[in-house]
Amino acid sequence: MLYIPGNNPAMLQQGSVYGADGLLLDLEDAVALNQKDAARTLVSHMLKYISYEGCEVTVRVNHIDTPFGLEDLKQIVPLQPNAIRLPKVETLDEIERIINVIEQIEDECGLPHDVMNVHVMIETALGVQNVYDIAKYSSRIDAISIGGQDLAADMQLVKANDGVGIDYARKQIVMAAKACKIDVFDTVYVDVENEDGLREEAEYIKKLGFTGKAIINPRQIEVVNEVFTPTDLEIRKAAKIVKAFERNKAEGIGVFAVDGKMVDAPVVQRALRVLEMADVDVESL
Amino acid sequence: MKLITKAQAGSFESSDVLIMVEPVVEGAGRIIELKSIVMQQFGDDLLKQINDGLDFYEINDVRLIINDKGALPPTISARLETALKRAAQLQTGTLK
Amino acid sequence: MPSELIGIGKLEPFEGAFTKLKKGWMEEETVPPPVKAKMPHSNKVCDSLRDAIIRSNPKDGMTVSFHHHLRGGDNLVFEAIKILAELGIKDITLAASSLTTAHDPILPYFKDGTITQIYASGIRGELGKALAQGVMPKPFVIHSHGGRVRSVHTGKIKIDLAILAASSSDIEGNATGAHGPSAFGSMGYAAIDSWYAKQVIVVTDNIVDYPCVPQSVTQNYIDYVVKVDSIGDPSKIAGGTTRITKAPMDLQIARLAAQVIEHSGELEDGFSFQVGAGGASLAVAKYIRKIMKQRTIKGSFILGGVTSYGVDMLNEGLFRSIFDVQSFDAAVSTSLMDNPYHIEIPAGLYANPFNCGCMTNKLDIVVLGALEIDTNFNVNVITGSEGYVRGASGGHSDTASGANLTVVVCPSFRGRIPIVKEKVHTIVTPGESIDVLVTERGICVNPQRKELKQNLEKAGIVTKDIVDLAKEVELITGKAKPIEILDRIVGVVEYRDGTVIDVIHQVKE
Repeated sequence: MLYIPGNNPAMLQQGSVYGADGLLLDLEDAVALNQKDAARTLVSHMLKYISYEGCEVTVRVNHIDTPFGLEDLKQIVPLQPNAIRLPKVETLDEIERIINVIEQIEDECGLPHDVMNVHVMIETALGVQNVYDIAKYSSRIDAISIGGQDLAADMQLVKANDGVGIDYARKQIVMAAKACKIDVFDTVYVDVENEDGLREEAEYIKKLGFTGKAIINPRQIEVVNEVFTPTDLEIRKAAKIVKAFERNKAEGIGVFAVDGKMVDAPVVQRALRVLEMADVDVESL
Repeated sequence: MKLITKAQAGSFESSDVLIMVEPVVEGAGRIIELKSIVMQQFGDDLLKQINDGLDFYEINDVRLIINDKGALPPTISARLETALKRAAQLQTGTLK
Repeated sequence: MPSELIGIGKLEPFEGAFTKLKKGWMEEETVPPPVKAKMPHSNKVCDSLRDAIIRSNPKDGMTVSFHHHLRGGDNLVFEAIKILAELGIKDITLAASSLTTAHDPILPYFKDGTITQIYASGIRGELGKALAQGVMPKPFVIHSHGGRVRSVHTGKIKIDLAILAASSSDIEGNATGAHGPSAFGSMGYAAIDSWYAKQVIVVTDNIVDYPCVPQSVTQNYIDYVVKVDSIGDPSKIAGGTTRITKAPMDLQIARLAAQVIEHSGELEDGFSFQVGAGGASLAVAKYIRKIMKQRTIKGSFILGGVTSYGVDMLNEGLFRSIFDVQSFDAAVSTSLMDNPYHIEIPAGLYANPFNCGCMTNKLDIVVLGALEIDTNFNVNVITGSEGYVRGASGGHSDTASGANLTVVVCPSFRGRIPIVKEKVHTIVTPGESIDVLVTERGICVNPQRKELKQNLEKAGIVTKDIVDLAKEVELITGKAKPIEILDRIVGVVEYRDGTVIDVIHQVKE
């Protein structure tokens, strides 16, 4: 998921070509306070004009309690991007209030409530404490994510980049997302020049269970994709497991062995997930 | 739309356009100063788009100074809308 | 296209990339190189460039030639033309292997009748603008690097005086670009001038003890040697190493191009490879390097304009050799000196179509850029969106005709200007020699290359019809008005075989 500053025409018009799975058109932190109106208008016009084919488009609006949040929703919700990303959500009341506003706007425009998804960002200690309640509030919420920079600030962490301080929050948020069976995205890696650091962090958060990672520069796409795309070896292994499972299922066997390792239902599920991520058909292998 | 104050939107960045709006006395007409790095290829299209925009907002008297760095049509529309709304004090932004 | 042009003579129209070559010989007569004589132990060293030029007996209507190995740091062309102008010489034909923005200062001599015609593989900056505006009485000629050699052989370019910069020379004129404070690497384009010019001056800022080794040009062709304080701006002549671009768009295009190459069927042990010196084209090398390491592929040779990136690949053992006609950065010079498998080659061996096989004929993969490409895959690398001359034919058509796989990399539009379009302003390289176009918005295979398309599809690479891509681009940018031109022809673009593939008209201001 590639962040694109909402007031940058050059990046907005080219966002879809870099191979990111999703674009985050940003009206919030990437836009200067005195350009919020310009960014909102620019993103609105771009959404109408540019075909972002092949990319999920999400617009990150400003928080509803800022002077810009409501106007952002009024202009963006009618355009129904794939999702709206809500920053700094902290409590159940808050998410309830915002989704009500969104649905009111949709009603006024005669739009359904079940097309555009809602992404919630957890960026404060209070938000981390309430994350499960927030995430399960609405079926429209199909992803949550952690905003590492803001959370570190809220936690008054001096050194944030090593990820130690937000580690608990990451795990808590992953758990909440898994409990709600929705996607969960990690925060950005700010040092664009440090490819190895990015790879290390991406590998770590993949192990924690994150679905993906937000990035701030197209140059980061390749590394993150490499980490999250199953390798040929992983794919072949998964295909072997799935095929063996299907053979055994026909004979009514639930637990069996592949290459000397026990395979049961959870292993099969993980193998299926690998094939899904790799976007391959088991029959073709 | 009634223009009250000077305003601008956009930037000199590549693929952007900087539009400055200045209210003028009624009857002065549309005074448009257009500079573009793609003048030869898209000058006519740009003028038409700007005039269509002014028609839409029902503005007949205005001075516009436009410096285009190869912006696509949606960027032109967006910057014009922002500059005009700022000039009409419908929204706040900046006049740097 | 007219059949004849004043200042050039008869124009033979282009009729296909191989129509002339497949005969097996060149029909045009060649001119013999001059034969000169010097008394034993006579002295070639002149006090100054001015002195050397005066001794060469310059005349009105003469042709003066230069190479462009000093890149953006070149000051010699300006110094020499200034001296010729001061001597009152008029009607000069300037035959530089290429002209860059470093040569902007010679513009006044276009206007006062000192220079009245240009032969070059590229023209840029103020010169290119002025030429398109019709500043010069006779039409300029754009040739390819290989085509220039042919033109010298046939006497189309008849060099009276070649002024050749070298970073080191001895007093007899054995000279090189491989070492010295202003080292610039290969002198590949200068060789033909040294062999065929009636008189040759070597200009250097570094006289070394006899003999100068290696000998990129040799003493038996050199009339005069001049030591000057400076041949140009050393920081621009010998500027560091070439870095791979960080521009996300170029990197993305390069990544896609590398995927295309990987699955084209051409990336195999023993393959040969050429990329451009910058932008997306050079960035392709970064991804190919990675793929070669992963798949333990070892290539045969790197050809062409050489960067330190190519040298790195040689040193890592990814390629067996480099054939270097032109070096792009300072780091290359050391390798040229020290590594016997890094070999300096003259332009004729590099790309002249009329010999028993130039090295571009042995290329497997080349990656080239484009200012514009049309739906027939014809490429413009010479005129910009305003119609000014601002590019170079260089080795574009030479390598495209030779390589098994010619990949063009470019964005589908720049700013608001479409790059992929129905018709290019000027054709330099014919579409028949382009195999695949890679842009950020799609990969288009030349319909003539069915097998390539199948190979890519088998690997799951989605391709697009180039006509559809051009339409898609037009939907984004809007339809650009064509450049307004006048009837007057200000320049011609020669194909490498000497036929004229396109003409350049004066732009309407």
